Amino acid sequence: MSIAPTVAVSAPADGATRSRPRTGPDRRSVVLRWCFIAPAVAYMLAFFGYPLVRNVVMSFQRYTPATFFDGHAPFVGFANWRAVFDDPLFTDSLWHTLVFTAGSLLGQFAIGLALAVFFSRRFPLSGTVRAVLLLPWLVPMVVSAVVWRKLLDPASGILNSLLMDLHLIGAPLPWLSSPNAALASAILVNIWIGIPFNMVILYGGLQEIPRDLYEAASLDGASAWRTFRSITLPMLRPVVTVVLVLGFMSTVKILDLILALTDGGPADATQTLGTVTYQLSFLQLNFGQGAVVGNVLILISAVFAVFYLRAGRSDLGKEG
Amino acid sequence: MHVLHGRIRLPALALALAALPASLGLSGCASSADPNTLIILNSATEPHEAADQQRLFDQCAGPLGLKVVQESVPADQVPSKALRMASSHSLPDILDLDGSDLPTFAAIGGLQPLKPLGVTFSDQSASALAMGSYQGTQYGIARAVDSLGLMYNTDLLEKAGIAPPTTWDELKRDAKLLTHGHTYGMAFSATPNADGVFQFLPFFWSAGGNEAHLGDGAGAPALQLWKDLVDDGSASGAVVTWNQQDINDQFVAGNAAMMINGPWQVPVLGSVRTLHWAVAPIPVPKAGDPVVPPLGGTVMTIPRTGDLAKEKAAAKVLDCLNTARNQLAWGESEYYIPTRADAAAQYEKDNPQLAGFVSEIPTARTRVERVGENWPTVETALGSAFQDVITGKSTPQQALQQAQAQVKAGS
Repeated sequence: MSIAPTVAVSAPADGATRSRPRTGPDRRSVVLRWCFIAPAVAYMLAFFGYPLVRNVVMSFQRYTPATFFDGHAPFVGFANWRAVFDDPLFTDSLWHTLVFTAGSLLGQFAIGLALAVFFSRRFPLSGTVRAVLLLPWLVPMVVSAVVWRKLLDPASGILNSLLMDLHLIGAPLPWLSSPNAALASAILVNIWIGIPFNMVILYGGLQEIPRDLYEAASLDGASAWRTFRSITLPMLRPVVTVVLVLGFMSTVKILDLILALTDGGPADATQTLGTVTYQLSFLQLNFGQGAVVGNVLILISAVFAVFYLRAGRSDLGKEG
Repeated sequence: MHVLHGRIRLPALALALAALPASLGLSGCASSADPNTLIILNSATEPHEAADQQRLFDQCAGPLGLKVVQESVPADQVPSKALRMASSHSLPDILDLDGSDLPTFAAIGGLQPLKPLGVTFSDQSASALAMGSYQGTQYGIARAVDSLGLMYNTDLLEKAGIAPPTTWDELKRDAKLLTHGHTYGMAFSATPNADGVFQFLPFFWSAGGNEAHLGDGAGAPALQLWKDLVDDGSASGAVVTWNQQDINDQFVAGNAAMMINGPWQVPVLGSVRTLHWAVAPIPVPKAGDPVVPPLGGTVMTIPRTGDLAKEKAAAKVLDCLNTARNQLAWGESEYYIPTRADAAAQYEKDNPQLAGFVSEIPTARTRVERVGENWPTVETALGSAFQDVITGKSTPQQALQQAQAQVKAGS
């Protein structure tokens, strides 16, 4: 199973056309080529280009409920941007978003990799257990969040009862109800949700590594740790990049999990850029300011998208 | 992380994020070209509620030769859905809005005044009229409303030998007395959203707080009361994450002896045989202070669609839905309280258990009568205020100052 090629598809379409040498003025084939490209281009423009431009424009407009009725949205320069950047909640939520993303990725990746390595050795029932570990992936995000909210309840939650029965803690921990703990708890839940994705893709990557490398290493008398460091990790690098960047992109915009777990509370301790833009746009109906926060999110994602494309290109180059 | 999105191409993902707010402008297709079909946008996403609604709509629209089609989305999505429909010129013929959203739509000229269309408001309580009006004009009519009361476990209070508290001091003392083992004396919702703010308002108002002047600090004692209840251990610290449904679950499970909640919980409470409960007015700061419960529920409005014939037809349907008999039928099926005095009296007779709720409706106050279309900003600010105080991030005075600043920046 190979994941990298599936994901790398985004770059190639026009790279491939460009690299083909133009032998002779074969007009029909040029037209034909464009006919194949046109639907994709039209789709991108309509569903990604247009909304993106609209969102940027909207962030400079006074865009209110009235706009939906009369279409009137006066330009207000940087007023929305100033209002958002002046709000301490924005800085807090930016910080929370980064901590949440870094913490989630670290946990998901480390545990996912450990499990992938573990399951790459065949043993009885390994397939079954691996399948069971996929379950968090099958559960809708909101359902997971609601269940976790019950599990983490300080008084009636099963997690606290368990820890108290094991005498690991003396008093119930306020997982989600203390501003100091809520973000960490949200990260824990998100790690739980993200492990299967990391495990599956990394497991796929491990299967791609040629067996003979390991045989050679064992003939050379390499230790398990040495084999992992010098063969598994380097050979896994392209897959690791993919997993981390995809993970980053889907974690940085986190919204549904937080809404269902804490709704940004307590005391705004779990507000992320996603929840702030949701609140501004859909609860306060202040679409201009909501668009500003949305744009910041896009910008952060775009930086990583560029990083990903670069990394993907150099990896492919090496393999080829 | 959101695994399903894992395989989407990255630039696409980034752009899809952009699409979220902007796609609002795209579409929504409810409007029906058929002159005999009325579209209604409401939040009846539960099958039994939708069926109850449909029965009444059919009863009212049938004799007029009309058909009513419901389009239902979750309650908090009704305003944004309606805006989306407005921008694509496909507004519904009847819009069932939460009372707190009416000013937003009335202020931008999205709604038709109801009286000129022929809707009558006979026998409606003053508070219900206030919920449907904006700057003196009736834009909406409430069929039934709800509010909050102090619901208590009669067995637990009897065992402790106490009557339901009427003042804040009694509330604090009794809640402490009732707290032992797994049972907290008191439960309320303090989530930073509509649920929590709705529960906070009766305390805030009876303390003399004014949501139009948060900075004057008059509401501070209410913040202090909530903090004291949590600090005393009489209410769980988890109230900051419990919505009104969670509160009810705690109460049903015997984990709370008293709770703030509304009549819509009665079906669940009634289904638990072993649970005995009653309703009392929400305690006030000092004996004799007036109780000021918040008024909740939806109002039916007629958006400006430009189709006068349909607007008039919709008005006739609204009139029919608000006969005493139909209000009563609706209220009894969903445990809301009819807004007509005659229907409410009958309702109280039929449901003596809910008398505590029925009697407080005439003095209940809407969330928007002081701040109008600024309510969404005020709501967010109030939510932050009590969360900051309960978690010890701010003192009540500081929290209210911050809330005031937040409202100023947002409006």
